[in-house]
Amino acid sequence: MAISLMSGKVTVSATVNGEPTEWLCEPRETLLEVLRDRLGLTGTKEGCSNGNCGACSVLLDGRLVNSCLVLAVETEGAEITTVEGIRGEKGLTPVQRSFLEEAALQCGFCTPGFIVAATALLQANPSPTEEQIRWWLAGNLCRCTGYDKIVRAVQKAAAEMRGEA
Amino acid sequence: MKSFEFVNPASLRSAISTLASAGEKAKLLAGGIDLLGEMKDYIQQPDIVVNLKTVPGLNRLTADRRGLRIGPLVTLTEIAEHPVIRANYTALAEAAESVGTPQIRNVGTIGGNLCQRPRCWYYRDEAVVCLKKGGSVCYAVEGENQFNAVLGGGPSWIVHPSDCAPALIALNASVEITGPQRRRVVPLEKFFTLPTQNVLQETILESGEIVTQIIVPAPAAGTRSHYMKVRHKESFDWALSGAAVMLQLRNRRVAACRVVLSGVAPIPWRSPEAEAVLRGKAVTPQVAMQAGQAAMAKARPLGKNAYKVPLTRNVVKLAVLKTAGV
Ligand SMILES: Cc1cc2nc3c(=O)[nH]c(=O)nc-3n(C[C@H](O)[C@H](O)[C@H](O)COP(=O)(O)OP(=O)(O)OC[C@H]3O[C@@H](n4cnc5c(N)ncnc54)[C@H](O)[C@@H]3O)c2cc1C
Ligand code: FES
Ligand code: FES
Repeated sequence: MAISLMSGKVTVSATVNGEPTEWLCEPRETLLEVLRDRLGLTGTKEGCSNGNCGACSVLLDGRLVNSCLVLAVETEGAEITTVEGIRGEKGLTPVQRSFLEEAALQCGFCTPGFIVAATALLQANPSPTEEQIRWWLAGNLCRCTGYDKIVRAVQKAAAEMRGEA
Repeated sequence: MKSFEFVNPASLRSAISTLASAGEKAKLLAGGIDLLGEMKDYIQQPDIVVNLKTVPGLNRLTADRRGLRIGPLVTLTEIAEHPVIRANYTALAEAAESVGTPQIRNVGTIGGNLCQRPRCWYYRDEAVVCLKKGGSVCYAVEGENQFNAVLGGGPSWIVHPSDCAPALIALNASVEITGPQRRRVVPLEKFFTLPTQNVLQETILESGEIVTQIIVPAPAAGTRSHYMKVRHKESFDWALSGAAVMLQLRNRRVAACRVVLSGVAPIPWRSPEAEAVLRGKAVTPQVAMQAGQAAMAKARPLGKNAYKVPLTRNVVKLAVLKTAGV
């Protein structure tokens, strides 16, 4: 048969935070729903569920995406990194540490998304300008902190990762 | 979201036949940024979702002497970052870069960008059955119409949401469409249809038809292009008003040109009036302003969107000046 048809529940296998992982889900479930409700990875947040807030940001095969707008069945064979998978050799990564040190969060709801997005940014561009940081993080909304502290935290982490701090 | 069957077709043929035989019950999924949003809000409730991403070969992008061949699954990030597109098809790179957020551009495809559905809040409201959803009223006419059309409106007053479409039309692009019976190549300008033609859809696509390639001819010597866009909030948004401008300059005069507007009409709006002003002239601030005035001469604002008229005049002026390098 030339097509494969999925209905009811289907099995999906992917690598989540470095671990081979398998789950059952319906085609209508988003990656965000599967991460939170089936895999218990509740670090990834649901803010808007429609692509506006970035609280659900994860890396899918290395690309920054909104997990609320990806169907979980589409991630068969993919590599997924959530905020839980972002860790340094000795605890926090420079990005995570600088968010704490610069007080770049208040309620913290947006923070996992920002950590994932900022980590992806610094992988792609180790020396971003302030403007580049702001555009790269344009898809992540924070309703508490204001963005200046977040930008400063990313600048500080970038400097540390370049060995300058 | 309502439950559905998810189909991973192994070939283009199989994708087309599944779509054609299921008719209105099936929807095609590319990046899914637009479709999943509609499904979450129950604006679309397909029984079958056909995943275009398993069809091989549709994510290729080639740039050579003849021009660009862009597969419909090429992402907006790939287009925005492509060095040849940035250099020689600048309006397209700028348009792709102006879409949504990095997360959206990483997943959103060029095919989905052209075929995305309107963002009018009456259309997107689950509880409202407006003209575009088979109802009898366009609620924008008497309602909150600050983001609706000022040109080409009626009986529905949506604005076409795509940023890439005006840029591609300015660059004289065509689309290859493959369907159950035939394959056809159509100028992108003819791909979009006004609500007077069929209020339920925005394109000429028929049941089972898929956009399978976007073809952009290599620009003639002396051609430059830019896309400028004004949005309600700076971080990301659809266009309140935008202009894609292509100018071919010879001895500093405009030998050929295209001006295509976004955010103001139910289709990407080509302005022959603005083009007529520019043709044969050396571009000055005054000529550019006249082009902006000509573009909006026939504008018919609704109650709350008259600001789009001066705004668009100025967007056209600035885009023309930038493209001319003045
Ligand atoms: C928060 C947010 C902000 C956005 N901002 C912008 C913006 O500033 N500018 C802008 O232009 N857009 C914007 N978009 C809209 C849009 O989702 C993207 O532009 C994107 O390109 C859509 O591509 P996709 O592949 O995800 O489409 P999908 O959701 O997969 O498809 C969209 C529609 O097109 C159809 N379709 C897809 N591919 C084809 C094909 N090859 N042939 C025939 N039909 C097809 C689908 O059936 C569906 O109806 C935004 C969306 C969101 C959620
Ligand atoms: S929850 Fe996904 S973007 Fe807001
Ligand atoms: S810290 Fe509360 S939303 Fe960002």
